[in-house]
Amino acid sequence: MDRLDELEAQSIYIFREAFARLKHLALLWSLGKDSNVMIWLARKAFFGRVPFPVLHVDTGKKFPEMYTFRDRYSAEWNLKLLTEPCPPIEAVDNSLPPAARSAARKTEGLKLALAKHGFDGLIAGIRRDEEPTRAKERIFSPRGVEGQWDVRSQPLEFWDQFNPRLPAGAHLRVHPILHWTEADIWAYTRREQIPVIPLYFSQNGKRYRSLGDADITFPVSSHASTIDEIITELDATKVPERSGRAMDHESEDAFERLRLSGYL
Amino acid sequence: MNAPVSPLVASPQPLRPRPLVRIVIVGHVDHGKSTLIGRLLHETGSLPDGKMEQLKAVSARRGMSFEWAFLLDALQTERDQGITIDTSQIRFRTASRDIVLIDTPGHTEFLRNMITGASQADAALLLIDTSEGVREQTRRHCHLLQLLGVRQIAVVINKMDRVNFDPARFATIKTEIVGQLHQLGLMPTAVIPISARNGDGVAKHTSSTAWYSGPAVLEVLDSFAPARPDAELPLRLPVQAVYKFDDRRIIAGRVETGRICVGDDIVVAPTGQRARIRAIEAWPAPDRSAASQTASAGQSVGITLDSEIFVDRGHVISPASTPAKAVQRLQARVFWLQQAPLESGSNLTVRIGTAEVRGQVTAIAKAIDPGQLSAQGADAIAQNHVGEIEITLAQPLAGDIHDLNPRTGRIVLETAGHIGGGGILLATDEAKPQIPAQADIIPVPSAVAGGETAERFGHRGAVIWFTGLPASGKSTLARAPERRLFARGGMPILLDGDTLRTGLNSDLGFSRADRAENVRRLAEVAAHLSKSGIIAIVAAVSPQAEDRARARQIVGPDFYEIHVAAPLDVCESRDPKGHYRKARSGALASFTGVGSDYEAPSNPDLRINTAERAVDYAIADIETLLARRDVLR
Repeated sequence: MDRLDELEAQSIYIFREAFARLKHLALLWSLGKDSNVMIWLARKAFFGRVPFPVLHVDTGKKFPEMYTFRDRYSAEWNLKLLTEPCPPIEAVDNSLPPAARSAARKTEGLKLALAKHGFDGLIAGIRRDEEPTRAKERIFSPRGVEGQWDVRSQPLEFWDQFNPRLPAGAHLRVHPILHWTEADIWAYTRREQIPVIPLYFSQNGKRYRSLGDADITFPVSSHASTIDEIITELDATKVPERSGRAMDHESEDAFERLRLSGYL
Repeated sequence: MNAPVSPLVASPQPLRPRPLVRIVIVGHVDHGKSTLIGRLLHETGSLPDGKMEQLKAVSARRGMSFEWAFLLDALQTERDQGITIDTSQIRFRTASRDIVLIDTPGHTEFLRNMITGASQADAALLLIDTSEGVREQTRRHCHLLQLLGVRQIAVVINKMDRVNFDPARFATIKTEIVGQLHQLGLMPTAVIPISARNGDGVAKHTSSTAWYSGPAVLEVLDSFAPARPDAELPLRLPVQAVYKFDDRRIIAGRVETGRICVGDDIVVAPTGQRARIRAIEAWPAPDRSAASQTASAGQSVGITLDSEIFVDRGHVISPASTPAKAVQRLQARVFWLQQAPLESGSNLTVRIGTAEVRGQVTAIAKAIDPGQLSAQGADAIAQNHVGEIEITLAQPLAGDIHDLNPRTGRIVLETAGHIGGGGILLATDEAKPQIPAQADIIPVPSAVAGGETAERFGHRGAVIWFTGLPASGKSTLARAPERRLFARGGMPILLDGDTLRTGLNSDLGFSRADRAENVRRLAEVAAHLSKSGIIAIVAAVSPQAEDRARARQIVGPDFYEIHVAAPLDVCESRDPKGHYRKARSGALASFTGVGSDYEAPSNPDLRINTAERAVDYAIADIETLLARRDVLR
């Protein structure tokens, strides 16, 4: 087994644990490179099917390429797609800095979707290497009734024994690709030939490394126009992946505040 | 808003495959873990652009000169209090390895977070502060590493600058820590003197440590190997689920050890059923190459069998030649982390692999505080202590002792829905096969005939089953005829539900399934007594009509159901055991009458409302019933 085989086997294990332990699962599909890999892994885990709905919490502000991608592959991959809208910006905590406040619409949309569908588990494609608070996540991460993350009393995870119990009204976030890196995602996308949105490839000297809402996500300078070139570029770069995500950089704890209140 | 745009540098070097090693860094609080991590990242050129400037700014804002800890302590509380609360993971590279460094909190109250991090590790760096030496938390961490199965350990003795790089001080601490590790059967690969703050001994040794000839920290990290699942051990495939998405019945799970090949004869533990591997299933559909005919340790697979035997989550597929054992009683060495101590008699859920079975601690052989290295009384294992315990399981599950298979010899304990501890299997008593061969069981008839007991006792055998809400008066009503029957020379035996829960049924909780099993066992015992000519008087809430119907079926014609029918408000106002009060306050889950439903019998042999009818009259009613059915002579 090479490293990608090991990553894949561990992710499949987590998917199957989540499916065995939780009744009403949904997989969060942001249409980016990570959640596309997740869907691929789910199909491997369940022999070609995704046996739970995929949920796109839609801010309405994604790039047009993302909507095109969603509509094509939800049909081609036979996904049960749920799209749920987010409330307007006025509904969001106004003490947050502007970009974080804009991003927090997604948290509010997520809460509404949870209440509407009664999911007890949400599969999310966060990775530890993206961002320091994500590095502290559990594989099975319990969230309070309001979606909040109690970072001070996270459950014990022994080896691959996760904690599937949750108090009434709360839900679990399940993180099957927590152990992957950005470079792993690209290497696996290349090996498995998973489709990706063209915005990740360089055009006129710029490309997106991380895709979010069009108004708060920015491209980085890059000449990488193939996956091979992206992998080579990542091997040498010292620029953080989320440098193009405005909400991470507005204040020392802007992103931490977003995450504690339920952001991914 | 301006976009933060940075140029990316294209590297002429192609990616080389590098081994990935997960290393946990452990040590007492303030012994310098975060500083060492910051220094390692700095020395390997792994810090992202702008990070140093950001750390300087964060430090300055808090009035500090420069604090490496802010690198990993991502949470506001951590930075404000200067402590690591939760485990974190960070990546960097040595000359030949990709390293995942798992940072863990040193504070005792965050020990569970330390375990969460350390249980994923291939190797460990154990950090000790020169001026403080081996401390409680250091000893705890040594025990944990041993129980978690981390065998590659390097010791780092930090803050050598505080003692002017004194080799004698280093030698003293080295002797002490090496001695303690040896006692646990652990052998450090190196003991390294460093100053993380100044950088001595981290990437390389400086003139300050000229007297030391071993490796620097980065060199020793570069020598650690990934701990891989062992393909040379016998096959163990714990079943995660069985999927029936199409016409195939696919058994899904991860091969923990060994290999699985199409055509292999396998046995399923603990049921003991046998079959042959028909195919290894995959998506996208595998080619017909040799590679798709076999899978080995570490792979998540799906298989189909050549015959339709019963397989379920928690079962373990193993080779017919070296099968996994069906375990019903086991000895384990465990670390306990919950606040409430683990006591002899404690009920818990035992997890091994994907199996989950109820069990009870039937003995505690040893209990120690690993921080103090002193033995404690062996009746309970306190929080953050280590002990050796014996557990008896309600049903057998598949397991191996840790010495034979480190992957399937791991045990995790859960109480009240939370993982509370875990450790390794030291020994097991093999269980009887779960499905006994009925043909081999030949019941032995009693030497005393029914007529003889009736002659002596003045009655036939029977079961009087009292059902009703808690505090409806069942026990009172059951004890009265017991006394009366005994006084007239009869042979009554009281089977009180609560009393039997202290022994025979002590492994059962209050879930739907456990309550059904509780009723079944009461019925089996009562039936046996009744067949021996005894009047078994059962007093049990037995809330489900279905369970009582099964009890009637087990006992046969001499089953008399008596509904003790006091209204709920009367029961609640009596509340002799305080259960209603507790249940109303939320402290008692699934308590009948409050938290779960009681199904009153629609057609009992007798209904007695204890709010209206005095005990003496009620006894008379019962005696009339028994006389009318010819139980009493």
